[in-house]
Amino acid sequence: MTPPNDRTNGGAGLNDDIGEAKRLELYRLQVVIRESEQRAFDLFLQNLVKGTSHLSLGQEAVAAGFAGAMKKGDLSFCTYRGHAHTLARGVSVEKVLGELMQKDNGLMRGKGGSMHLTSEEHGVMGSYAIIGAHLPIACGAAWRAQYRGDKDVSVCFFGDGTTNIGAFHEALNFAAVWKLPVVFVCENNLYMEYTPIKDVIPIPQPAADRASAYGLERILIDGNDADVVYRTAQKAFARARAGEGPSLIECLTYRHSGHSRADPAKYRPEGELEEWKKRDPVKIYRERLKQFGVKEDAIAEIDASVRKEVDDATEACKAAPPPPLDIISTDVYADGGWAWRN
Amino acid sequence: MAEISYRDAVTRGIAQEMARDPDVVFLGEDVAKPGGCFKATVGLYEQFGALRVRDTPISEQAILGAAMGAAMTGLKPIAEIMFSDFIAVCFDYIANEFPKSRYMSNGQLKCPLVVRTANGAGSRFGAQHSQSVENWCMMIPGLKVVAPSTPRDVIGLMAAAVRDPDPVIFFEHKSLYNSKGEVPDGEIVDTLGSAKIVRPGKDATICALALMVPRALEAAERLKIDHGIDCEVVDVRSLVPLDTQTILGSVARTGRLFTVEENPRLCGWGAEIVSIVADEAFYDLDGPPVRITTPHIPLPAADIMEDVVLPTPDRIAETVKRSLEA
Repeated sequence: MTPPNDRTNGGAGLNDDIGEAKRLELYRLQVVIRESEQRAFDLFLQNLVKGTSHLSLGQEAVAAGFAGAMKKGDLSFCTYRGHAHTLARGVSVEKVLGELMQKDNGLMRGKGGSMHLTSEEHGVMGSYAIIGAHLPIACGAAWRAQYRGDKDVSVCFFGDGTTNIGAFHEALNFAAVWKLPVVFVCENNLYMEYTPIKDVIPIPQPAADRASAYGLERILIDGNDADVVYRTAQKAFARARAGEGPSLIECLTYRHSGHSRADPAKYRPEGELEEWKKRDPVKIYRERLKQFGVKEDAIAEIDASVRKEVDDATEACKAAPPPPLDIISTDVYADGGWAWRN
Repeated sequence: MAEISYRDAVTRGIAQEMARDPDVVFLGEDVAKPGGCFKATVGLYEQFGALRVRDTPISEQAILGAAMGAAMTGLKPIAEIMFSDFIAVCFDYIANEFPKSRYMSNGQLKCPLVVRTANGAGSRFGAQHSQSVENWCMMIPGLKVVAPSTPRDVIGLMAAAVRDPDPVIFFEHKSLYNSKGEVPDGEIVDTLGSAKIVRPGKDATICALALMVPRALEAAERLKIDHGIDCEVVDVRSLVPLDTQTILGSVARTGRLFTVEENPRLCGWGAEIVSIVADEAFYDLDGPPVRITTPHIPLPAADIMEDVVLPTPDRIAETVKRSLEA
């Protein structure tokens, strides 16, 4: 598959429906994700990031575009490739890197790890490492909103590979039948782990081409253009808040790195990565800002401040102690402990 | 005080909690207008309405996932899995999601929900609709697991489960739905993690669960009448938390331990109790602990075969008598 060139959604046009403040926010979010993920990779090479990690390098526009459109109180449900979505909701780089480095300053003090980033106060209701598990869970959060008349939306992110697991289909059907305020976001980065998604689906698009089975509109967008993502998210959120039911959005994108830290991604055809890097979301957005008259200096200032934030976070994490062993058996049950007998 | 069936106790237990707390909602397959495949939830839809009592598609993962998402964000869902055997198709939620979200999030997430399900044999449904699968849940840190044997306990433990801040798997026994028992008027709230001595005795302790409780009681009566053997019967009621003190106390008085389990042999809850007693009360024992279980086979459908494999009052009485005489 080649990178999408369809700019029909006004992405490159001078349609200033988004406004400079929001554009700067979308850019900053993408740079925060880019710099943090790159740092996570570097720290892994230094053996300072332990366990596994799944990076979103190249997929920043999806996380930024959706988070930019979310309101306080809206809920994110992420996969093990969840650093980007966690950062995009405003969780600090230090907390995320700390968890990856399994330090006491980590988001969950080392008890969850890279694949389970959670920050309830930011609406990040967990990162789920069993493929598809969180789609029904997002339905449940949306059911609560529907039942209570709350106006928040549950947003559930997942990869192209998820569209082949049973829970995907159960959740889509359930959400459509119950008309739940949930937005399902498929990040199609072309590969389910090491296998091209096109080899394991009988249709061209893993999510969009299945929408009609659940009575939903077919939505396939350029996931590397944060403006396109942002506009699509706004529309889906408005539909959810109006009680009109769920949406399924397929975002075409590409991961610049392998599936996980252990994967050099040698299965990719020669030239594919280079082709997609021409449509690097951060690069696209930098150009977009310039088109709208944002000065180079202002952009450089954002870049520098983010880099400083990531540098400071890195140093704080390096200096942080490992988690104390006395939390090993806390929070198994709601009483704070782990007692299963008297 | 009134005599009601175990089946009606399920409805009453759920109704008691739904009437008390508007955050309690109930979902499952055919649970609303049809009143449940076992007719254990008849009238809830009429009493509490379509928003709180909801039918779902045949989508067990969606049912448990939705219950979890609702629980995480403030509701207190009760989810029905029609037959406990079907837990296998949504085991991810039972094994990986409900019990681990609080721990992995370092206490940020909560999961206060109840999964109620029809467990156990006696209906001649064969190997995929008759199993006793409480062990599947007992082995997972973060879950609580209960299995009542009487109508009163159904109501009281349902209330305790709904009010508990942790995920609770609530095993109802299919073959007990028609059984009856005295139930006091008014609200009933029990405690999770408490076993009950349902028959005091001095010669041997018999620990049983769910359908095995009335069978153990019948065996104890026969042993008393026919052989003068006086058994204490403990209804374990709650596998997690496990009331080991009641069990250890009973063994300290009787000196003998028998467990009666409907589940197949390997890794049954009785093995855990035997292990605890062997470890902590070895010198209270006057003889080896004995487990009475269903053999380690899939369950046959035909009545004459199913009746043979489940522990019966005869088999329990015979095993206890033989062991005490050995």
